[in-house]
Amino acid sequence: MKEVDIVIIGGGPAGLAAAVSAYDAGVRSILILERDKELGGILNQCIHNGFGLHTFKEELTGPEYAQRFADQVRERSIAYKLNTMVLEISRDKVVTAMNREDGLFDIQAKAVVLAMGCRERSRGALNIPGFRPAGVYSAGTAQQLVNIEGYMPGREVVILGSGDIGLIMARRMTLEGAKVKAVAELMPYSGGLKRNIVQCLDDFGIPLLLSHTVVDIHGKERVTGVTIAEVDGNLKPIPGTEAFYSCDTLLLSCGLLPENELSRAMGVEMNRATNGPVVNESLETSVSGVFAAGNVLHVHDLVDYVSEEAGAAGRAAAEYVRSGGEHSGGHEIPVATEGGPRYTVPCTIDPQKVGETLTLRFRVGSVMKDRFVSVYLDDERVTHRKRQVMAPGEMEEVKLTRTMFDKHPDLQRITVKVEEA
Amino acid sequence: MYDVIIVGGGVIGCAVARYLSRYHASVCLVEREEDVCSGTSKANSGLIHAGFDAPHGSLMAKYNVEGSKMMPALAKELDIPFRRNGAMVLCLNEEDVPRLEALYENGVKNGVEGLELIGPDRIHEIEPNVTDDAVAALYAPTAGIVCPFLMTVAFAENASVNGVEFKLDTEVKAITPAAEGGWTVQTEAGVLKAKCVVNAAGVYSDVFHNMVSAGRKLHITPRRGDYCLLDHTAKDLTDCTIFQVPGKLGKGVLITPTVHGNIILGPTAVSIEDREGVNTTAAGLSELLNKAGATVKQLPANQVITSFAGLRAHEDGHEFIVGEVEDAPGFFNCAGIESPGLSSAPAIGKAVAEMLRDKLSLSEKEDFIPTRRGILDPKTLSREERNALIKEQPAYGQIICRCENVTEGEIIDAIRRPVGARSLDGVKRRVRAGMGRCQAGFCSPRVIEILARELGVESSEITKSGGKSNFIVGTTKDRY
Repeated sequence: MKEVDIVIIGGGPAGLAAAVSAYDAGVRSILILERDKELGGILNQCIHNGFGLHTFKEELTGPEYAQRFADQVRERSIAYKLNTMVLEISRDKVVTAMNREDGLFDIQAKAVVLAMGCRERSRGALNIPGFRPAGVYSAGTAQQLVNIEGYMPGREVVILGSGDIGLIMARRMTLEGAKVKAVAELMPYSGGLKRNIVQCLDDFGIPLLLSHTVVDIHGKERVTGVTIAEVDGNLKPIPGTEAFYSCDTLLLSCGLLPENELSRAMGVEMNRATNGPVVNESLETSVSGVFAAGNVLHVHDLVDYVSEEAGAAGRAAAEYVRSGGEHSGGHEIPVATEGGPRYTVPCTIDPQKVGETLTLRFRVGSVMKDRFVSVYLDDERVTHRKRQVMAPGEMEEVKLTRTMFDKHPDLQRITVKVEEA
Repeated sequence: MYDVIIVGGGVIGCAVARYLSRYHASVCLVEREEDVCSGTSKANSGLIHAGFDAPHGSLMAKYNVEGSKMMPALAKELDIPFRRNGAMVLCLNEEDVPRLEALYENGVKNGVEGLELIGPDRIHEIEPNVTDDAVAALYAPTAGIVCPFLMTVAFAENASVNGVEFKLDTEVKAITPAAEGGWTVQTEAGVLKAKCVVNAAGVYSDVFHNMVSAGRKLHITPRRGDYCLLDHTAKDLTDCTIFQVPGKLGKGVLITPTVHGNIILGPTAVSIEDREGVNTTAAGLSELLNKAGATVKQLPANQVITSFAGLRAHEDGHEFIVGEVEDAPGFFNCAGIESPGLSSAPAIGKAVAEMLRDKLSLSEKEDFIPTRRGILDPKTLSREERNALIKEQPAYGQIICRCENVTEGEIIDAIRRPVGARSLDGVKRRVRAGMGRCQAGFCSPRVIEILARELGVESSEITKSGGKSNFIVGTTKDRY
């Protein structure tokens, strides 16, 4: 069986960044397995700008951002296989994959980085009633049709859900001559970035209907319209508020689901809040030597953070290989939360393994104003930072340093708190 | 002039076509939609009922029990998935126990083998996830599951190979007696003539019957049933089909595994006017989840990947109407085929084919091909076989549908077959591309590309399910 030090599952932004950092940390035997026909993942269809402000200090389009990392991969001659689907990963890290040229094959990896990304929640998962005509697409499918294939999925559009892809597609469809009639959002707040609401809806006069949802889909062959109703505090449609919107297309942007079928099948412990693996400070899952980063771990809002996180996962995988596959297994302290965070990544921290800095990422469950984000090591507050607004659509992060942990040799508790001002 | 025209390409029409194709006869099947299995046959529970439910002495009971007995051999001949997973009718309160016993008695009279009345211990031994509220159950080990799409498609393919002509996208407008004898079938695409007509028109079977007969008028009420399909991740919920004691409008909401390892919940039962009313409703879906939830300890409702609705062709007499119409010689009904219609399809198909054989004095073909090779599923091959296949046909190494791991090779096979797939739904029904958890989000652009290439048409012409269900409406710059 072919042996490789680090096999990276997925050649999107997370996989590419993990590969580059693992290489730079000294590992030479790396293989990226990508199911699509190009490296870059979903960035290839994100032709709008706004990527890379943190990483490259300039504004790039999605494909440009992906190209920077793809170039780094090629400069380092890191191996990759395209059009290659990973079918299974065993607990002892035998990766089974398939493509046209090699057929079905196995690779024994010393370490694995999970970087499969996420998928969109479908109409079925939302259980929207009505007919099942053509014209109902996830926003990402529409984005692929428009930006990669050059096809128009429809001319008169209603969008359900104000996730970022939906907002971006509202603008994109408008620029391509379609009429976007409304964006309906079940929650009383948007699931997307503020800047996307402004630049993609407000600038084009597209109404955002908060606390509204689609309650019926009309049309037997192609969508002819949808019924939108207002919802109450329990998110249930309010009778009498139904309004018919004539349209030929319904786009759905109602959340992203990490694609963890491979992780689950290999028995990786999952976090119910993120639908991603439970990971420690090294972004290592419950299976020794299997790391995770990017949207497969938890859904990010900015790709820059994906790259940063995946870089850390790549370095940790390299360290695992270098140390001969020694499992952390030390003193892992669960990260507790109070006052707002729905979860944290990482979920546990072994203080002995913290490098110069450690980034904790989380999201809040509702819109919060004028709060402080604080981290406590036992009873000492080690960071305390003002946040004017926090929303579920935006990821929060706090940086911890080696020095903070050094002051607590007998650390028992780590707590992330959102505190009133 | 055909010997026989079959109106309707659902499981019944295709079964009649298949059994009729063993005789020397010119046969044409006419279907309104762009594919077979596009009406009631595509939206049902996928069950081969054991046969304890239909009233003893009825055609429903007769054909159901016969059909169920035919299934193992038929599944082998046509290379379709079928499994006897067993069914359980749960009784959730003591008052209903007499009804359960009546069901048992009826089943025994119908000739259903292996029926057992069981108590809570045995119930949980068979299905640990059944609710603790279950006081008793009727257990039917011969109940089975089948893929209704593949069953219909297999009948159609086998009929086609044996010479039956398929006219798809052809709606029948009227059927009238021809002056020179036989029947005139007026379609959108011209006039067809035949000595005999088989009416297998599902929810429209009363319409055609009433056109030709002055006798008893049929009246079909479409009875809608909503369904939810759960992901493979929910497959451990139950291996047995779980019913509740039947009510007035049918067998009630059931939970069953599918042959492909999903779980299906359904159906509700609502009588409607619209013969095209296959829309789900919020009330229906919520009723469904509540009722299904009552039969198991915990229903993984968050694993729902799609919902859909189908129509039962419910005739007022609640009985199958099969056979030649008295005052319309040569016009054969397969009308009022609701549950257990799928289970009865093989028996009805065979019976009607034999009626036609006798009517037209048809002789058997020497070269009839009884078997059909199913679409190759590479997952059933050994690794060596699979790699040999990929080497020969690299398309089998290319996954197109990530959720169900469907390769390009399978999709091409589905398109190139007799009565092959021409739409996204046609591909989905045959090989499951787009049937999984992302519901075609990732694969539909790829499947469109393959369909367009194979059929030699533009991508914009590819539809979800025929007619005006185009997936894309133009190109990005065509308005500039």
